[in-house]
Amino acid sequence: MRWKWLIPAIYIFFLLLPIYWLVNMSLKTNDEILSMFTLWPQDLTFANYKVIFTDASWYSGYINSMIYVSVNVLISVCFALPAAYAFSRYSFVGDKHLFFWLLTNRMAPPAVFALPFFQLYSSIGLFDTHIAVALAHCLFNLPLAVWILEGFMSGIPKEIDETAFVDGYSWPRFFVKIFIPNIASGIGVTAFFCFMFSWVELLLARTLTAVHAKPISAIMTRTVSASGLDWGVLAAAGVLTILPGALVIYFVRNHIAKGFALGRV
Amino acid sequence: MIQKQVNQKAWFMVLPVFLLVAFSAVIPLMTVVNYSFQDTFGSNQFFWVGMDWFRDLMHSERFHDAFLRQIAFSSIILAIEIPLGIAIALAMPRKGWGVPVCLISMSLPLLIPWNVVGTIWQIFGRVDIGLLGHSLASMGIDYNYTQDPIAAWITIIVMDVWHWTSLVVLLSYAGLCSIPDAYYQAAKIDGASRIAVFRYIQLPKMQGVLLIAVLLRFMDSFMIYTEPFVITGGGPGNSTTFMSIDLVKMAVGQFDLGPAAAMSLVYFLIILLLSWIFYTVMSNVGEESKNGGA
Repeated sequence: MRWKWLIPAIYIFFLLLPIYWLVNMSLKTNDEILSMFTLWPQDLTFANYKVIFTDASWYSGYINSMIYVSVNVLISVCFALPAAYAFSRYSFVGDKHLFFWLLTNRMAPPAVFALPFFQLYSSIGLFDTHIAVALAHCLFNLPLAVWILEGFMSGIPKEIDETAFVDGYSWPRFFVKIFIPNIASGIGVTAFFCFMFSWVELLLARTLTAVHAKPISAIMTRTVSASGLDWGVLAAAGVLTILPGALVIYFVRNHIAKGFALGRV
Repeated sequence: MIQKQVNQKAWFMVLPVFLLVAFSAVIPLMTVVNYSFQDTFGSNQFFWVGMDWFRDLMHSERFHDAFLRQIAFSSIILAIEIPLGIAIALAMPRKGWGVPVCLISMSLPLLIPWNVVGTIWQIFGRVDIGLLGHSLASMGIDYNYTQDPIAAWITIIVMDVWHWTSLVVLLSYAGLCSIPDAYYQAAKIDGASRIAVFRYIQLPKMQGVLLIAVLLRFMDSFMIYTEPFVITGGGPGNSTTFMSIDLVKMAVGQFDLGPAAAMSLVYFLIILLLSWIFYTVMSNVGEESKNGGA
C-alpha cells in the first residue's frame, strides 16, 4: 500500500498533460508551432493573448458568456430554493412524479431542443439575446439546482424549522434569516454547478445567438473554420476559457465532494 | 429519512420551477411532436403524414447504425470510467495537503467548455503539432484520427475518459469519506480482508453516489455531441456519427424537419426509458441492502 499515491499521481499527470500542451502552444508563435516540435516554448510570446484582449470580436465573446451564465445562475438558484424546500419538507399530490419529470429534463438531449428553441425564441423576439440563452440553459440547470438543494436541505434537521415557527417566525422570515444561512454552502455548490453546466454548454448557446450574444465557445469554432487556423490564438482562447472554472473551483474546494454527490452523502 | 408532512400548499413553492421548466421543455417538445406527423414543401405549408416518419425511421439503416454506435460508445464509457473512477477514489489520500491538490486538479477537466475539450484533444492528437500524435508517430505507430476509424474511436474514448472519469472519482470519494472510522476498526478486529472491506463496507456506502454517477455518465455519454463534432465531425465516413450529431445534421444541416422530429422523439423516449430502468433498479438495490444489511 506504500505506492498507493502513485495511482492518483499518474491520473493527475494524465489529466494535466493535454492542458499543459494547450498552454504551451498558446505561448508559442505560429511559426514555432508549425515548423518545429518543442516541449516548451523556445521563443516565449504573449502576442496570442494580446490579440484576444485587443480584438472586440474575441473579448466580447467572454463578456457575452459571462452575462448569460450569471443570469442563468441567478434564475436557477432563486427559483430552485423554494421548490427544493417543498420537496425536502412536504409531501404533496404528484411530488414524486414531478421530481422525476424534472430529472428527465436534465436527461433531455440538447440536440432535440436546438431547433424548437430557435423557433420559440425567434417568435417571441428573444433570439440573439443573453436572456434567451440563460432561459434555455434553465432547462437542465433548474432541475439540477432543485436536485442538489433538495439533497442539502434534507440534511438539515426538521427541528430547526419547528423551533423557528414556535418562536413566532413567519415562513419568509424564517427562510431568509435562519434557513438560508444554514444551507449557505449548499447554495454555493449549487451556484457552482449551474455555472459549470451553463459555461460548458455550446450547442444551445450557439443555436440561439448570432452576433450580439455570441458566446466565446461559438466564436472559437467559427474561427477554426474561417481564418485558416491560427493555432496560437486558438490555444490562447482555450486557455482563457479554462481560467474562470479554475478560479471558481478554488472557492468551493472544501464542499466540492459533497456537491458532486448532489448533496447526498 | 425525514418524515414528511402532507401539505398541498407546497405546490405554490414548486410552481415557479414547474412553469419555467414547462415553458422551456413542454412547448418545444410539442413543436417536435407536431413536426413529426407532418411534411412540408417549404413556405410554411404543412400537411399530415401520420406515422410515416416513424415507419421510415424504424427501417432506416442510418438510424440503426447511429443507434448501435451510440450504445457501443456508452457501454465502453461506463465499463471504463466507473471501475477506474472507483479505483482512483480508493487510492486517494484522506487527509493532508494531497486532498485539495487532488480535488482541484481532478475537477479541472469538468469545467472546460466542451468544445475546448474537443479542441484540446484535436491539437493533442495531431501528428504534426500534438504531443500524443507526434509521440505515437515517432514510435512508429500509424495513428491518424481523421482517416482511421479505429484511431478516431480510441481518441474519442480516451478523451471522454480524460474529461469525465473525475466525476466518478469525486462522487466515489465523497461516498468513501462518509464512512465512519469505527466501521474500519470493527472490520480490522474481525480480521476482514481488503476485498471483504470493499465488498461489505465501502461498496454499500458508495451505492447512492454510484447511482448518481452511473445515471449522469450514461445520460451525458448518450447525448454526446460537441466533443466528437469538434474532433472528427462524425467522420471518418460516418464512423463516429453518434445520435446527436446525426440529429443535428438532419435538422439544421439538411432541414428535414419531419424525420428529424421523429428521430428526436424516439431518441428522447429511449433515454427516458433507459434512465428510468437505471433509476428503479438502483434504488431497489438500495432499499434491499438497507432492509437486509442494517
